[in-house]
Amino acid sequence: MLCLHYGGSLNRLGFRLLKWIFWFLSSKGNEYFCEVEEDFILDRFNLTGLNNEVANYAQALDLITDNLDDEIQDELRGSLDVQARLLYGLIHARWIVTARGLAKMLEKYKRADFGRCPRVLCQSQPLLPVGLTDIPYQKAVKLYCGRCEDIYSPKSSRHGSIDGAYFGTSFPHLLFLVYPTLIPPKAGPVDVGNASSRGGNDAEGNRARRRIRDDQEVYSEGMAEGFSTASAALKADRYRPRIFGFQIHETAKLQRWQEAVRDRQVARLEDLEDASHNV
Amino acid sequence: MPHGAHVSLLAGRRLGLTIATMSRLSSQPPPADTSQAELEEDEIISGTGEGDEVMEDAQDQEEGYSSSTPTSSLTWISWFCALPGHEYFCEVAEDFIEDDFNLTGLNAMVPFWKEAMEMVLDVEPDTSKIPDVSIVEASAELLYGLVHQRFILTRAGLQLMVDKYEAGVFGACPRVYCYGCHVVPCGRSDLPGLDTVKLFCPNCNDIYTPPSSRFQGVDGAFFGTTFAHLFFQSYRLLAPAPFWKPSSSSSMSPRSSGSSSSQQQLSQDQQTQPSSQQTPQFVNPNPNGGQRKAAGRVYVPRIYGFKVSERAKNGPRMQWLRLRPQDPEELDLVDWRGQWYEDADDDYEEEEDEDRPMEDFDPDHHEGDEDEEEEEEEEEEEHGGGRPLERATGTSRRTLSPPSSAPPRTPPEVFSLGATLGAVFKQPDGGRLKVVRQHILPEVTTRVS
Repeated sequence: MLCLHYGGSLNRLGFRLLKWIFWFLSSKGNEYFCEVEEDFILDRFNLTGLNNEVANYAQALDLITDNLDDEIQDELRGSLDVQARLLYGLIHARWIVTARGLAKMLEKYKRADFGRCPRVLCQSQPLLPVGLTDIPYQKAVKLYCGRCEDIYSPKSSRHGSIDGAYFGTSFPHLLFLVYPTLIPPKAGPVDVGNASSRGGNDAEGNRARRRIRDDQEVYSEGMAEGFSTASAALKADRYRPRIFGFQIHETAKLQRWQEAVRDRQVARLEDLEDASHNV
Repeated sequence: MPHGAHVSLLAGRRLGLTIATMSRLSSQPPPADTSQAELEEDEIISGTGEGDEVMEDAQDQEEGYSSSTPTSSLTWISWFCALPGHEYFCEVAEDFIEDDFNLTGLNAMVPFWKEAMEMVLDVEPDTSKIPDVSIVEASAELLYGLVHQRFILTRAGLQLMVDKYEAGVFGACPRVYCYGCHVVPCGRSDLPGLDTVKLFCPNCNDIYTPPSSRFQGVDGAFFGTTFAHLFFQSYRLLAPAPFWKPSSSSSMSPRSSGSSSSQQQLSQDQQTQPSSQQTPQFVNPNPNGGQRKAAGRVYVPRIYGFKVSERAKNGPRMQWLRLRPQDPEELDLVDWRGQWYEDADDDYEEEEDEDRPMEDFDPDHHEGDEDEEEEEEEEEEEHGGGRPLERATGTSRRTLSPPSSAPPRTPPEVFSLGATLGAVFKQPDGGRLKVVRQHILPEVTTRVS
């Protein structure tokens, strides 16, 4: 009896020590989520408006922060768990667009926790989660590839049923806005290593792909801010359908048109760049 | 145990497919039943006489060999096609394999040619000559794969594959805005041993890695580089057209299915919609072109609801890859070298308006901007924001382009087109043009070579 009792209390102690968030993060299917730091959750300013989105808001918040009374926990456990997930998801969407949240997601991105691009010519570029809307219960999470700049459905249905609003529409684009050196090059092998070496690589890539004056190159090697992505698309590899080695008329025509659109954009961006350099 | 069973056990071990092999060895009826069911299904589906013939042949063969061994109720071919990971293969008619003309050149690529042939065709082999069954099994697989590559280019083979395609055996495109368009297997090389099988999506004209790792062991050469495209050339109703005009929001609105967070259901909804309702009305003016309405939405990145400007370092650079013009005539604005005809007139500023097709992805944006939240991200690209003046010129440009439906490549026509366009948009800027050409030319030359 004593043993059992002792074991029971240990379990309870163990449960208390194990925070809800860690349980949530370690349960299967939640691999895309990162840990939201406690002080972010405890700052009520960050939760503005969420009480309208989540039923039983106060208790759900208590559950997330492990402050829920045991008695209530037993009664409402089931429905409260759903609400707590929703609340955590919505907090998560706000958290990952903060500086610290971005850094956490960046680690996961470097570990390719979100999977890799199914497009063959993207060479297994790691993906980033993105929502198609910021309103919950609308659309499932999608995966954004920084190389082909397109979105894909997750391979696994476990991930395919996560709400896209838990990641939001802005996150991947904000990440590359904040870490421009991590913008994947459009060609060559994938390298999501540390930012400094990537900056160097980019500068090299720039040298190859941009006919640019030498002084600018030195500039671009020196600081990460100096590189340009104006003509990055020209490096992009694309698939060309062929029948017995011959291109198909209609497809080839469409691809020529698409490349003409691309060249226009490149020209436009290079013009803008030259103009800004001359100023 | 008969010889065939021994072979398959070895093969199974080598392929890491012990479970399948065991099921073949221990419980023979189930796989035989399923293959039989498949055959019958195929017969029902395939309307043409040719497909039926093929299937009957296969059945005849099966019956013919059924007396010799217990395993032979299942031919080697149906066993091979029923293995996990071999779902993409169709069953090659045995008379196709028996015709030596169809095998021209293959005997140089396949070791133990004779033994491999015997194994594939379930002919009782001379056991004394075989050095190691597992080697022969590998050869048989290679032989079958290479014959398969040729067979699926024939009418009968294409018919078998279209049945599989329509049943969704090959899966759907992972790209969100292809809305679950079915894909076909595709090789990156016609020579074996170079790359595994990929999946070609006719909507985005791109190739993808199969979602399941069990296809990692399937050689892409067993499907070849040509098949996927010959397939869509042969079945034009399945091929999406190269242009896309956004339909009215009522018919394409993802709202109706948006309440469920299940993407599968969503993609199914989206997929059945175009095929059931819109295909009948959809006409590609090019009778030889793809006759299916394309799914043309392009992803537009946004931060806090604002489109990311292309001027930003992380701005969109790849939208061209998925972009389609609104009108088929717009395709004729680009010459064979990939240059705009207008550029020849130095109407460079026109370029800004060439963005118009992007902008007008979804006209309902302008009408019903406020009502559809999720529509926002599916909509068009607008670099300068919605400047009404620009849009007005954009539409005037589109109304101008129909004249180019007359042969656009004759210089006079081009000139007149360029002149009209030049009149609409003036703001000369020429210098950058040469740079662009330098980018294109290498590509053109490689394409020619």
